[in-house]
Amino acid sequence: MVEPLLSELSRAGRVGQRFAAPEGCLDATGDLPAGLLRDTLPLPELGELDVVRHFTHLSTMNHSIDAGFYPLGSCTMKYNPKVNEDVARLPGFAQLHPYQPDESVQGALQVMAELGDLLAAITGFEAVTLQPAAGAQAELCGMLLIRAFHRARGDKRRTKVLIPDSAHGTNPATAAMCGYSTVSIPTDRRGNVDLARLRDEADDETVGLMLTNPNTLGLFEQEIFEVAETIHKAGGLVYGDGANLNAIIGAVKPGQLGFDVLHINTHKTFSTPHGGGGPGCGPVVARDFLEPFLPRPVVARRPTGELFLDWDRPQSIGELKGFWGHFGVMARALTYLALQGDQGIRDISGAAVLNANYLRARLADVYDIPFDRTCMHEFVASGRRQRQHGVRTLDIAKRLIDFDIHPPTVYFPLIVEEAIMIEPTEAENKDTLDRFADVMLQIAREAEEAPEMIRAAPHARTVGRLDEVAAARKPMLRWPRSDGEHLEARA
Amino acid sequence: MDPTDRRYTKEHEWVKIEQELALIGITDFAQDQLGDVVYVELPNVGDRVEMMKPFGVIESVKTASDLYAPVSGEVIEVNRSLVDEPQVVNDAPYERGWLIKVKPDDAAQVEELMTAEQYAENVGES
Amino acid sequence: MAFVPLTSDERQSMLQEIGVADVADLFADVPAHVRFPQLDVPSPLTEIETVRKMTELAEQNRHVGQLACFIGAGAYNHYVPSVVGHMMGRSEFYTSYTPYQPEMAQGTLQYMFEFQSLVCDLLEMDVANGSVYDGPSAAAEGVLMALRITRRDRVVLAGSVHPEYRAVVASYLDGRGIDLATSDVGLDGQGLRVRSPAELVDERTACCVVQQPDFFGTVHDLDDLSRRCREAGALLIVAVAEPASLGMLKPPGSWGADIAVGEGQGLGLPLNFGGPYVGLMACKQEHLRHLPGRIVGATNDHDGRRGFVLTLQAREQHIRREKATSNICTSQTLLALGVTVYLATLGPEGLRQVAGLSHKNARAARDAIGKLPGYDILSDGPFFNEFTVRCPMDGPAMRAALLERSILGGYPLARDYPGLDDALVFCCTERTTAAEIEQLVTALGEIGAAQWSSRSSPS
Repeated sequence: MVEPLLSELSRAGRVGQRFAAPEGCLDATGDLPAGLLRDTLPLPELGELDVVRHFTHLSTMNHSIDAGFYPLGSCTMKYNPKVNEDVARLPGFAQLHPYQPDESVQGALQVMAELGDLLAAITGFEAVTLQPAAGAQAELCGMLLIRAFHRARGDKRRTKVLIPDSAHGTNPATAAMCGYSTVSIPTDRRGNVDLARLRDEADDETVGLMLTNPNTLGLFEQEIFEVAETIHKAGGLVYGDGANLNAIIGAVKPGQLGFDVLHINTHKTFSTPHGGGGPGCGPVVARDFLEPFLPRPVVARRPTGELFLDWDRPQSIGELKGFWGHFGVMARALTYLALQGDQGIRDISGAAVLNANYLRARLADVYDIPFDRTCMHEFVASGRRQRQHGVRTLDIAKRLIDFDIHPPTVYFPLIVEEAIMIEPTEAENKDTLDRFADVMLQIAREAEEAPEMIRAAPHARTVGRLDEVAAARKPMLRWPRSDGEHLEARA
Repeated sequence: MDPTDRRYTKEHEWVKIEQELALIGITDFAQDQLGDVVYVELPNVGDRVEMMKPFGVIESVKTASDLYAPVSGEVIEVNRSLVDEPQVVNDAPYERGWLIKVKPDDAAQVEELMTAEQYAENVGES
Repeated sequence: MAFVPLTSDERQSMLQEIGVADVADLFADVPAHVRFPQLDVPSPLTEIETVRKMTELAEQNRHVGQLACFIGAGAYNHYVPSVVGHMMGRSEFYTSYTPYQPEMAQGTLQYMFEFQSLVCDLLEMDVANGSVYDGPSAAAEGVLMALRITRRDRVVLAGSVHPEYRAVVASYLDGRGIDLATSDVGLDGQGLRVRSPAELVDERTACCVVQQPDFFGTVHDLDDLSRRCREAGALLIVAVAEPASLGMLKPPGSWGADIAVGEGQGLGLPLNFGGPYVGLMACKQEHLRHLPGRIVGATNDHDGRRGFVLTLQAREQHIRREKATSNICTSQTLLALGVTVYLATLGPEGLRQVAGLSHKNARAARDAIGKLPGYDILSDGPFFNEFTVRCPMDGPAMRAALLERSILGGYPLARDYPGLDDALVFCCTERTTAAEIEQLVTALGEIGAAQWSSRSSPS
C-alpha cells in the first residue's frame, strides 16, 4: 500500500503541538519591521497521532539490521547493542550545550579522551582527532594533514596522489577536493596493489598513497611493507582508509604496517548505528609527527588533571565541522569498547573473518570468486556464470529481497565484473549464514531454470522495481508547492 | 557497420564535416554501453573545445562519461532538444542525437581519426 | 555482553568447511612479526558495569536541564517534543543504511523526500538535498558549489558569519588558490559596527556568504547585498544557524539567495554536546546538477505505484570519483528524520509559536539587561532571539561567575573578535522562563556591582 505524503495528510487548522495558548503569541513579532518577516509558512498541518501513524507505517517499509540479515559488503552492518542507545540518551550527555564552560563538561571531555586513547591503542598510532563527521570527511582530514606535513617541510612540488583501482570512490573525490591529481594503480593477479607499477609512479611529485587494507576485494595486501616503503622512499606518506578495519582490529595494528594516518568509521567497526545513511563519525589516528596539524580544538589535560578544549594550535589545519564532532556517536562507540575489552576486540575480527570465509567456502562451487584466496571480513563473488543464463547480478540482488535478506553490495569494486560483495560481520550466527548460503544456491539454480522469474524480482514488496531512468530524466524532488505549481526540476 | 561518411575517436565520439562545420556525437556502441541516457551536459555556444579534451559529460543512471572533442574549434550550436529528451541519443545517435556543432580550426585534423572500418576493429578488440 | 554468537561447535564445523584448523590460520597473510600484538586495552566490562561507568561520566557534567541556559551561537536549547525521540528511536530507521535497494527502503526514501520538500518550503528554495553534516560544512559545500558554477576564484564572507562556519569554509578552500575576503567587524561609539560585505563583491567574486540573523543576533535587510551580487554575477549564499527563526523571518529565497544553507539542530534535535546535527542545503533549480549529497526523487514502479529512489547519482563520488561534486557519501539521514517529524508535528502554528516565544523572551531579557548599570547592548537593531552585551568584566570570567549561580551565560566573543573581550552573545528560546530571566538579570546585576566595588575600592 502506498503511504500518503505528509502534504497529502495535511488538513488546514490541525495542530500537533502548541507551546502557548494562541493569545500568548499575539505580540510575537514585537517591533520587527514587516519587511523582515515572512509572508507564508507552508508547512503541513497534522495531529500528533497522524504523525506517529505515518512514521510507523514508513518504518515497516524498511529493511534493517534488527529485522534481518544485511550482508552489505564494505559497510559492516553489525548489530548495534541497545545499551549504546540508552547511554547516548543520558541527559548528562544528550543535554549538553557545546559551548558550555569546560569545567561543566568534564565527563563529556573524558568520554572523548578515553575513546581517543583506546582508538590510538587499538590501531597503533599516537595522535588522534574525533572531529570528522564521517569517513569521507575523515579522508579529507587525513589528506589535509599530509599536505600540512609536506608544506611544513617547504616541499611544494607534490601534487599527485596514488590510488589503487579497487578503491572506494571517496578516495579520488577527496584527493580532488584537496586540489590534487590522481593516478590509478592497477591490481595484480593475486588481488594486491601492482607493486611494479607503484614503483614506476612513486616519485618526488607524489603526495602519498591512499590505501585500503584489507582492500575492497576483502584481501589483505600481501606486500604491505614493500608498498609502504616504496611511498616513503619517494618522500610521500601512506594514508589508510579504515573502511575495512573490522577485519583486523586486535589482529594487527595498522600503525605497525607502515601507515602514517588512518581513518576509522565508528558506524562500521564500533557498532554505532548507520541511521539510514548517517550520522557517521570518522576519527583519524596518525603518527606523532602529524600531531601538530590536527584539527582544532583538541581535548587536552592541564597539569592539574582538568580536561579542556585546546584551541591554541598554530599549525592546525583548522576546523572541518562545527563544534567537536559527533559526540552522541562517540558515547555509543565508547560503550561498545568498554563492553568488548581486549578479549572482545580480538574476537570481533576473528569471527568476522571466520564468517566470511565460511560463506566463501559454501558458495565457491556455484559462484565465481575471481580472487579466490583466504579472505578477510568480506569477499567478492561474481555473477558472470549466472549471466550466461541472462540473469544479471542486479537480478540476483533483487531476488534476495524476496527472502527478506538485504542484497550484498553489487557492481563494486569496479574491477570485478558483475561483482557481489558479501560481508556477514561477526554478529551473525551459523544458522543465519547457512540460510543465506542456501538461498544463494537456490537462486543460482533458479537462474538456470527460471531466469524470467528472477528478472521480475522482487515479487512481494510494497513497490516493485522502480523506474530510475524516469526519476533521473525528469527529477521530481519535492512535493507539489502549496501554491499549486507542480515543480518539475530540470536543470 | 557505423556510417562511413564520418570519422571516429577511441573514446567513441564521431565527427562529420558538413559545409566546413564539424558535427559531433557519440557512437551507437557508446550509447549501448551507457544504457538509458538521462542527462547530457554540453558547452555553451561560443566556448572553445580542444581536440581530445573533455567538452561535456553524458550520464546514465549508474555511470557518467566525459565527452571528448574530435577536433579543436569554436562551438557554433548545441543540440538543445537533448535537455528535454536525452533519450534521443539512444534512439538516433548518428542523426537527431548529435551533440554539438563546431567550427574547426583545421578540418584536416579529422584525418588523424579512425575510419568506420578501423573503429569497428577497435571496438571488436576491446 | 556476548557480542559474537558462535558456539565452539559451530566454529569447529565452519573451520572444517573452510579447510583450516584454527581461526588464526585465516590471518596468515598478516606478516607474522606484527600479527596478534599486545593490546593496551582494559578487560571487558559487563553491561551492568558499563552502564555504571558511563552514567558516572554523564553525571560529572552539568546539563541544560539543571542550569538556566542562555547560550545559542549555532546550537539552540529548543524543546524537543517527545514524539521526535520516539520516531527516531524506531530501529527500523536507525539500524538501516543508505537506501541502495529502494524496494527495501521506501520508509527512509519517503521521509528523505518529505525532508527535502520541507527544507524547500522553509527556506523558500526550489530544490534541496537529503542533508549534509551540519551548518558549517553546508556553508563550505555551498561555497564549493558556487566556485564550480561561476568558475571564479574569489569568495566573500561577512565577518558576522559564525566564526566556526568561517573557519570550516577556510579549511575547505585551503590550497585551491582562492582569494577569501572577510568584511570587518569592529566597535565604534554606538556599538557593534558590522560592515556590509557588499563593497567587497566584485566581478571576480563567485559568491558572498551572509548569516541571517547574524552571529551577534541582528537581522539584516539583505536587498542591497542581493542586488549587488546580481550585478556582479556573484551568487548569494544565505546561512541560517538558528532555523527556528524561519518560523517568523523572511526566508533566504525571499532575499534572492541562489544557495541557502543552514543548521537543522534547532528543529527538534538534542544539543548532544555539538553533534550529530544536520546540515540543510538548498538551491535554485538551475544549479541542481551542482548540488552535492544524496538526493531522493519520486518515480513509479512497473505497475504505476509511486515510489522513491536515490537519483542524480552521477554527481556523486561512487560514480564520478575524482570528478564528483563532493567526496560526501553519507547524509545525516536519521537527523533529517528528526527534523521531518518535528516540523510535521508543529506545523505552521507550532513553529510560529516557537519563534514568537523565543523572540518575546529574548526581548524581555535584553530590555532588562540593557537597564543594568555597567552593561551595554552592542547589537543595535532588529533581532530574533540573540543579542550581544558588553559586560563589566571579560567574557570567560563572567561566564565562570554565572556558572557558579547555575546559569549558562552567553557565548564569549573573546577568542574570535579581538576588542570584544568583554562581550557575550545571549540567547533565549521558548523554554526560557520568566524566572530564569529574572535569575540572570539579578546575577548580572550582583556580579556587576561586585566588580564595580572591587574596582573602585583602593587595593
